[in-house]
Amino acid sequence: MSVVSAGVAPFYSSTVGKKAVMAVSGCVLFLFVLGHLAGNLQIYEGPEKLDNYSRLLHSMPALLWGARITLLVMVALHIWSSIQLAVRNYEARPTGYVRKKAAGSSYASRTMYWSGPIILAFVIYHLLDFTFGTVNPAFQVGNVYANVVASFQLPLVSGFYILAMVLLCMHLYHGLWSMFQSLGFHRATTLKRGAAVVAILIAAGNISIPVSVMAGLVK
Amino acid sequence: MKLILHVWRQKNPAQAGRMVRYEANDVNPDMSMVELLDVVNEELILKSEEPIAFEHDCREGICGSCGFMINGIAHGPEAATTVCQLSMRHFKDGDELYIEPWRAKAFPIIKDLVVDRSAFDRIIEAGGYISVPTGSAPDGNVILVPKDASDRAMDAAACIGCGACVAACPNASAALFTGAKIAHLGLLPQGQPERHQRALSMVRQFNAEQFGSCTNIGECEAVCPKEIKLEVIARMNRDFIHASLS
Repeated sequence: MSVVSAGVAPFYSSTVGKKAVMAVSGCVLFLFVLGHLAGNLQIYEGPEKLDNYSRLLHSMPALLWGARITLLVMVALHIWSSIQLAVRNYEARPTGYVRKKAAGSSYASRTMYWSGPIILAFVIYHLLDFTFGTVNPAFQVGNVYANVVASFQLPLVSGFYILAMVLLCMHLYHGLWSMFQSLGFHRATTLKRGAAVVAILIAAGNISIPVSVMAGLVK
Repeated sequence: MKLILHVWRQKNPAQAGRMVRYEANDVNPDMSMVELLDVVNEELILKSEEPIAFEHDCREGICGSCGFMINGIAHGPEAATTVCQLSMRHFKDGDELYIEPWRAKAFPIIKDLVVDRSAFDRIIEAGGYISVPTGSAPDGNVILVPKDASDRAMDAAACIGCGACVAACPNASAALFTGAKIAHLGLLPQGQPERHQRALSMVRQFNAEQFGSCTNIGECEAVCPKEIKLEVIARMNRDFIHASLS
């Protein structure tokens, strides 16, 4: 047995290493989604509460920009690793089957290459809508509550938001248990159940906001 | 009973292949999939046609020689069954079966349903040796093996290297195979001295053979005739990460 060198460079060049990077970056992005939801749910406590929360975040620029840069790096690592793996996986089977059936995988796990890019497109739109205000004609800096209500009163905006959250739910369902597997922890049944519960709760919490706005409960 | 077969025929690695339709008119429900191909081949030989090439050896599901896709599922529709153990009674009279070889860049087609799986041999070779005392025979039971470890190592060692995991995986990944080989030694006390070096070398070789990466979706586990579990992939990941970053 020839001795194979360890180290970070050969680690990242391996399929296992890239999946570990996807798991860790995915975990950070999941924690953001969780925190973001907790912040957003303050919309049910009225305009002052939500706008004050926004002002609180903006009063700590070092923390805010630290978090933003960390998230951007994680998004870049997550996407770059997935592209490298996707190219490799595509090349691993140059000739496909005449007939091919799925025998044991979930729909969510087979559609990660679709849910991922659509969620990315949504995040870009979401930033243009609520952070930069470019695509939101009623946008006013600092008036988070009013901006959210104005956007979600448009059925198309709410519809895209809800669709993106359904896809996020699917992406998280596979991603949340998969990250443990990629890092070497295997508790398939428990982790899959836990991932399903967490993914559904996150999607339901987020979807409740445009639904409440359209139903006139939040105005 | 009667079955319609669509079989991938390919003369050699260089020539293009195609699906060819055959009718099997007198199928005994007790015969296996491999025996069905024998019967079809006998007719082909009588007609002076080239018989369908396929691998087979023990015909009792333990050697790992046989295997092909039946209607898009590796080893066919029955769980935990190789094609040589797949009985024709699981099909209905008049069924159409699409029979194709394993498809992966790392498994080039040699002829018809026969693919070159020597990439698997090279992965095992990369795993190397385990350190054992040589000389006089050691006393039995000197090395204690916990029951749980011995059971799980045995489960992983059940892998027959048939290649169904690669064939079923949308990424043509050899993660389940490599994981099984890493787990079956890594779980035992005798496998500890080289445990991490072995994970490094075997994963490196699995990558060098141009198999795809694991996306944890579980197609391999579903078709594995020996019911190897995804747990072995987690063990491979853990040992490889530990070896790389420590």
